[in-house]
Amino acid sequence: MNPDASAVDTAVDVVSAVFMIVGAVMSLAAAIGLLRFPDLMSRMHAATKPQVLGLFLLLAAVGLQLRTWWVWPVLLVAWIFQLLTVPVSAHMVGRAGYRTKHLHRELLSTDELEAVVLKAAEAAREQDSDGGR
Amino acid sequence: MSRRRISLRQELPLLVWLVIVWGALWQDFTPGNLLFGALLAVAVARLFYLPPVELSGRFSVLRAIPFAVQFLGRVVAASFQVFYLAVAQGPRVTNAVVAVPLRSHSDLMVTATGHVISLIPGSLVVEVDRSTSTLYIHGLNVRNADDVRKLRKEVRDTEAGLIRVMGTKEELEALNLEAAT
Repeated sequence: MNPDASAVDTAVDVVSAVFMIVGAVMSLAAAIGLLRFPDLMSRMHAATKPQVLGLFLLLAAVGLQLRTWWVWPVLLVAWIFQLLTVPVSAHMVGRAGYRTKHLHRELLSTDELEAVVLKAAEAAREQDSDGGR
Repeated sequence: MSRRRISLRQELPLLVWLVIVWGALWQDFTPGNLLFGALLAVAVARLFYLPPVELSGRFSVLRAIPFAVQFLGRVVAASFQVFYLAVAQGPRVTNAVVAVPLRSHSDLMVTATGHVISLIPGSLVVEVDRSTSTLYIHGLNVRNADDVRKLRKEVRDTEAGLIRVMGTKEELEALNLEAAT
């Protein structure tokens, strides 16, 4: 084995090791966030978001270690599907959580949605009572 | 059938994407495999009909690359920020729900902006008002009116970036007018 190739190997190993450690740290961040944050909404931030970066780094590490170019498209597709689905699930849980009042209002400095939701609920109620008559 | 036929040109991005996924999953990008994938893509697109996504017909690669790099940079920065908040502030963190009216009224643009904003740690789309294209965003660590303004500007800037990448000509002109004044 010539020395050049092993130098490149070492560099790739070091880079993928760093990626894996930082990616794992992102999972740790999610776990700490889940434990420490006070309500559903802020936990959603911790639970979903660090995975965007964490998964990216771990997939990149896998790609670097396998050293075959044709795994890269699979990894990219996996990441893109994650990017497409994470906001949707976060939004659905967040929306449901807000409407079922799984949040601490005293921890919100501003809430510009409350009035809108109240108004919509009132309109729905009125419609219901109209329909009942 | 009452379905409106969509032109091949409008369907092409979807078909290309399906072929890429096919090739990626088989880890085989030989012409034969791609051709079979293309046949399957056409069959799937015909059988499982979806309402066509109304693309603006404009896509600037020159703008898309810096936008993607900037996006990654913001994701990295914000990930560590959320980590820091979880460790340092934890239960005492102050949040806010902020209404952000967007410029564009196209579904694609509102969705794309919401996605990008949700993917960046520290902000989450709680509710979308489609009729006025307003996003209601839950922001982590938003303590005062100044932070609210900052969050709103961030969302509007993200939308501006997306319009530059793939907005319609009219949206782009409106944006340039706004920047000039």
